Amino acid sequence: MYTQALNKKSPKAAAKDELGPEGIKFQKKIDADLKIEPYDFMPAAYRKTLQRQISQHAHSEIVGALPEGNWVTRAPTLKRKAALLAKIQDESGHALYLYSAAETLGMSREEHTDQLLYGTAKYSSIFNYPALTWGDMGTIGWLVDGAAIMNQIPLCRCSYGPYARAMVRVCKEESFHQRQGYDIVNILCNGSKAQFEMAQESLNRFWWPALMMFGPSDGEDLSGDKSNIWKIKRFSNDVLRQRFVNATVPQAHFLGLEIPDAVLKFNEETGNWDFGEMNWSEFFDVIKGNGKCNKERMSVRVQAYEDGAWVREATNVWAKKQADLETPQAAE
Amino acid sequence: MTNENLYKYLIRMADNSLIFGHRISEWTGKCPTLEEDIALSNFALDFVGQSRSLYTYAAAIEGKGRDEDQLAYVKLLHDYKNILLLEQPNGDFGYTIMRAFIYSTFMHKFWLKMLNSKDETLAAIAAKSEKEAAYHVRHSAEWVIRLGDGTQESHNRMQTAADEIWRFTAEMFETDEIEMALIADGVAIDPKEIQDEWLSYIQEIFEMATLTLNQDVFMQTGGRSGQHSEYLGYILCELQWVQLTYPNSKW
Repeated sequence: MYTQALNKKSPKAAAKDELGPEGIKFQKKIDADLKIEPYDFMPAAYRKTLQRQISQHAHSEIVGALPEGNWVTRAPTLKRKAALLAKIQDESGHALYLYSAAETLGMSREEHTDQLLYGTAKYSSIFNYPALTWGDMGTIGWLVDGAAIMNQIPLCRCSYGPYARAMVRVCKEESFHQRQGYDIVNILCNGSKAQFEMAQESLNRFWWPALMMFGPSDGEDLSGDKSNIWKIKRFSNDVLRQRFVNATVPQAHFLGLEIPDAVLKFNEETGNWDFGEMNWSEFFDVIKGNGKCNKERMSVRVQAYEDGAWVREATNVWAKKQADLETPQAAE
Repeated sequence: MTNENLYKYLIRMADNSLIFGHRISEWTGKCPTLEEDIALSNFALDFVGQSRSLYTYAAAIEGKGRDEDQLAYVKLLHDYKNILLLEQPNGDFGYTIMRAFIYSTFMHKFWLKMLNSKDETLAAIAAKSEKEAAYHVRHSAEWVIRLGDGTQESHNRMQTAADEIWRFTAEMFETDEIEMALIADGVAIDPKEIQDEWLSYIQEIFEMATLTLNQDVFMQTGGRSGQHSEYLGYILCELQWVQLTYPNSKW
């Protein structure tokens, strides 16, 4: 899973700490495709951009566990139940690497969690759409994890070492998730009429939100964008979205599914599938908190966190007791 | 069926794993920490996996061409033979962990014994499950110790959980004529043979956890013969929903 690009414009003008000797050395390293590591110098804006992006990504992983988690007990076969559990487990694992990567930038997991639960931190708005049918378990894997991969593969080459390394494993697992999602949809499309309809109905609901995961249009030219100069963002939202559409449309057609877009058409000249307008007012409504499940997702997270408070407190107290036992008493 | 006793024995074990896996999977995404979320999903995966091996073997013994899913999903409430302990709601994290500890301690010793079963398939399932159960015991026992001897609140919650759970423990040690016949053949194991070591390990961990074992309770049983608590019906509403709404479909 991946948090969508929210088009937070990174500052265009260079800050003071980017122009000094350390700032120049930092940029030279990036230009030479070397990694920036936690104890290296980095401009404050670079740190802030990464903190926001990595923590949003981590938040998306844990919130993303909820729409799928609510289907574990209803999965139609034992094999599907096991695969779904393993997928969600992977996602919690992604959140762990990502929070760890974010911690190397100087903010603890607890602080990040606070920002998500009680602050204004964002997560991918795709998870504010409800997962209503078993078909959605297929579609989410196929489209949502599929869109995530488009976004994340370039992040394996991100200039920040801990993020790039975490992303290598994340991408391997996401790619597996996408295939298992497509496999679910494939079986539905080759099943009964009711199953095929389940797959089509699910695609109808998730197609446009999946396209909007890439964020609002930002053209194709990223020159001058700090995230691009810092080699955090390598491709524009529009470029990645087009790649996703080009990869996914033939997959849908192979299954006999119809993409819910009246103007979708293959463009011989560009070799792209041209597609219709997205509903950006819906997108911004969901980001503002007005999606079908924004309130539910957060209330489940908050409840889980607060229900677990006594457990976390007890482990801390127990650990302190053990440490006190091991500390030799000062000689009288 | 050539071996009806073995079939029934396998279904009992498979239903236990299925229902317990179901309960634990309800925690996915909602645990007190991210690490524990991953750990409890692992528990659920292990139990679902064990149930698959057991149902698949049961289906082969039955010889009617049914598969693991038909044995797991397509049956009436009274045909589920899991013990009552495992269908009880999760309660708080303390209840969940205490139950996992008490049950896993039993299952670890159970699978160790089962390694010597004359039935090769059961012995092979035991070889895999024993390793998983060893981890379940280690993980849950560490939690019992920390929460029992953590804060006053965590201690109280763990003590309450132990007191609530104990009344369901006798059912783990029940045997009937089906099992007695299989025990005589060297296929099944007699759970009474592991009862003492099970109890003494629980006492050992309770001592470290500063918890008291209150054994003087009225024992509730019945799940093994299909006499369940009201909770199982709700589990089945979720478990069977898709299968029963779209019968005879491939998923």
